Amino acid sequence: MFQTMPLWPERASTMANNVDALYIFLLVVSAMMSIAIFTMVLVFAVRFRKRPGHHAEQIQGSHALEITWTFIPFCIFMVFFGWGALLYFKERKPPKDATEVYTVAKQWMWKFEHIEGQREINELHVPIGRDVEMIMTSQDVIHSFYVPAFRIKQDVLPGRYTTAWFHATKPGTYHLFCAEYCGTMHSGMVGSVVVMEPKDYEAWMGGGGSQPLAVTGEKLFTELGCITCHRSDTQGRGPNLVGIFGKPVLLEDGRTVVADENYVRESILQPAAKIVSGFKPIMPTFQGQISDEQLNALVAYVKSLSQPATGQTGGRHMATATP
Amino acid sequence: MATAVLQSGERETYLNKEYGIKSWLLTVDHKRIALLYLVSITFFFFIGGLFALLIRLELLTPAGDLVQADTYNKLFTMHGQVMVFFFLIPSVPAVLGNFLLPIMIGAKDLAFPRVNLLSWYLYITGGALMLYTILNGGVDTGWTFYTPLSTEFLNTHVVTAGLAVFVAGFSSILTGLNFVVTTHRMRAPGMTWSRLPLFVWAHYATSIIQLLGTPVLAITLLLVVCERLFHLGIFNPALGGDPLLFQHLFWFYSHPAVYIMILPGMGIVSEIVCCFSRKRVFGYNAMALALLGIAVVGFLVWAHHMFVAGISLYAAMIFSLLSYFVAVPSAIKVFNWTSTMYKGSITYQTPMLYAFGFIGLFTMGGLTGLFLASLGIDVHVTDTYFVVAHFHYIMVGGMVMAYLGGMHFWWPKISGRMYPEGWGRLAALLVFVGFNLTFFPQFILGYMGMPRRYWDYSHSPEFQILNVLSTAGATILAVGYVLPMIYFLWSMRYGKPAPDNPWNAAGLEWMIPSPPSTYNFEQQPVVTWEAYNYDEIKEEVPVAQ
Repeated sequence: MFQTMPLWPERASTMANNVDALYIFLLVVSAMMSIAIFTMVLVFAVRFRKRPGHHAEQIQGSHALEITWTFIPFCIFMVFFGWGALLYFKERKPPKDATEVYTVAKQWMWKFEHIEGQREINELHVPIGRDVEMIMTSQDVIHSFYVPAFRIKQDVLPGRYTTAWFHATKPGTYHLFCAEYCGTMHSGMVGSVVVMEPKDYEAWMGGGGSQPLAVTGEKLFTELGCITCHRSDTQGRGPNLVGIFGKPVLLEDGRTVVADENYVRESILQPAAKIVSGFKPIMPTFQGQISDEQLNALVAYVKSLSQPATGQTGGRHMATATP
Repeated sequence: MATAVLQSGERETYLNKEYGIKSWLLTVDHKRIALLYLVSITFFFFIGGLFALLIRLELLTPAGDLVQADTYNKLFTMHGQVMVFFFLIPSVPAVLGNFLLPIMIGAKDLAFPRVNLLSWYLYITGGALMLYTILNGGVDTGWTFYTPLSTEFLNTHVVTAGLAVFVAGFSSILTGLNFVVTTHRMRAPGMTWSRLPLFVWAHYATSIIQLLGTPVLAITLLLVVCERLFHLGIFNPALGGDPLLFQHLFWFYSHPAVYIMILPGMGIVSEIVCCFSRKRVFGYNAMALALLGIAVVGFLVWAHHMFVAGISLYAAMIFSLLSYFVAVPSAIKVFNWTSTMYKGSITYQTPMLYAFGFIGLFTMGGLTGLFLASLGIDVHVTDTYFVVAHFHYIMVGGMVMAYLGGMHFWWPKISGRMYPEGWGRLAALLVFVGFNLTFFPQFILGYMGMPRRYWDYSHSPEFQILNVLSTAGATILAVGYVLPMIYFLWSMRYGKPAPDNPWNAAGLEWMIPSPPSTYNFEQQPVVTWEAYNYDEIKEEVPVAQ
């Protein structure tokens, strides 16, 4: 079940092949550089050992050599940088239309909620061949979502969302580890990612009977009273939320921000932080009154208001967070 | 040279000038202060080492069956805190730097001898707070104190641990200040900047980092303490704070801190390689510039510890690029040391064996840093044993070997005795073999996906074999470390008395008796020669007895 090669985990995602290729390249170049240096040190240590009649020859230095062995390593390092940066760029930008899984990490378990409504604890089922985006937050301390077989890792923070995405390529069950020390049972905050053939995945999904996340969100939207101000016309005391997700929003202080997951979440928990231009700062805060799961449902609902009818996948993906 | 003679007929040295505990605890002699530090850091090294052994014993089996989870978390936290703040950061500067810096520049003490003693007392106070923490239940934040775990979610002695490091930090700052002023203002006539041994340049660069970086750590730890006590909300998102702010502040010091740890070691290696190759260093200017370059650029790379923490994509790219810049001067140094050996006349005494070990292991540790600086790879290996292996290669394979090499090289000068050469070589070999067996498997473990700070890995029994190898190595390493403690102590009574210059080495410290008298020089030297004037020193290194 959990198979690992002796030197690296299985490659079960598109990213894994790319990362291993860069790793092997680095290994080969590093091995060559180390062997070159070790050989020289060994050869010099023996060849230039103290012998009767031989004395050391004082050599000041050589500008030519210094420049050469500054420039060549620098160029090699730039290749390492460039290749790594290209991979990272791909890794940090989830594809449009990726299927979302909302994740709430807490000491010491992983809670997943598929957009179709299925909830899982510590186990995540995904189909092969689909882009999956994890939209993650923590209920308490910093955790980190790590799937070695996919070669992905992303810290999960309290108070905001971070994302990770992958495209699984091989059926199997793979380790999921928490990779940011989070207290007593950090080493127990493990689970598995179960990658299934598409038809097996459909079968698994069908056995749920839970309502899509966006529908849960819509219910909450009414129950919590959001709908009284955020009407779907221009008469509301709050901005109309239809179609706003993924688009720029003009704030009353002149800034423009993109309405991504973090923006929606912040607007619910700290409404005074960003006031939309033309509106008054009268929205009450819901901090402490709703759980992370409820927040996820509301975010999913607001997202669905910007999509054509299916309401399944996410629209614009969130800009990465502030430095 | 006429030297003072005691009533007993013995030559007066800094060791026998005065006896009694007060003469040690109230000394302002830089050499005695160096020995005070030597005893204290060795004490903490053993405590940190004991924690390491317990960690490795626990990891022999996948299940957490030696200690409880909370205990394990305390062990790795305190191993890190003790080793970083109470051993590695002070080690070379406070022991060898304190002892040798004034002598190497021809001065009779540091610029501020009383501040030097104050530095030691600050270190001891911090150390006492750390001991209090350890003995009263410990702390389990990880040596990195990440928030909000450390500020809101733990019930252990976070405040005393934070204050311990806070106080010890001032020891570091004052030592840095002392060294910078001393190097600028107390060089003997003729000792120009370009004639300084690289050991002095290395300590100068280190001191700049200590001065500029440590205050940021001090403030950060104070903020953590205040956050914990008064719930200010600086790092707590529930109160509008930002946990990433802590990480930026912490790493802004803690990255340059690793250069505080390694630069002095590089200085030692230059001294040893030159002596045992009988050659001036290849490329003196490049070597000095490289030290300064590492110190400066080292301040610009901190967020490479945060590539998956939630910083922006573009910030990550900038820090990755800068991290590759800082690797270049280190590479240059390795090439220059190697070239120094070319056409030398090399012998293999214990200090040189440690220098060889340093060059090999530092090269490997540095190369694996290149893996970590590469964003695409770092995502997979950060927070795994790959990182643990990387930094232990540099700090233990590099720094501790350089420290041991330096201790052997200058032991005759410090104590007036020779250590037993055969045992020295055996210990060096054990350290080298034990070290590699302990930490090389961890690179593989990391790439396989074993996260760090894991008490129990029973969900992944495939990690066990490499862990067993690592623990086996740790026991060999431990023997390698205990041996010098024993034979250095032995040598103080039974070692062969050392001549002024047992290695026929270049440098002012070898032109005065072993051990030196309290004010180092009978008369202020006037320097008319370049550093590493092995062209003028005709003799080879004497054969070991």
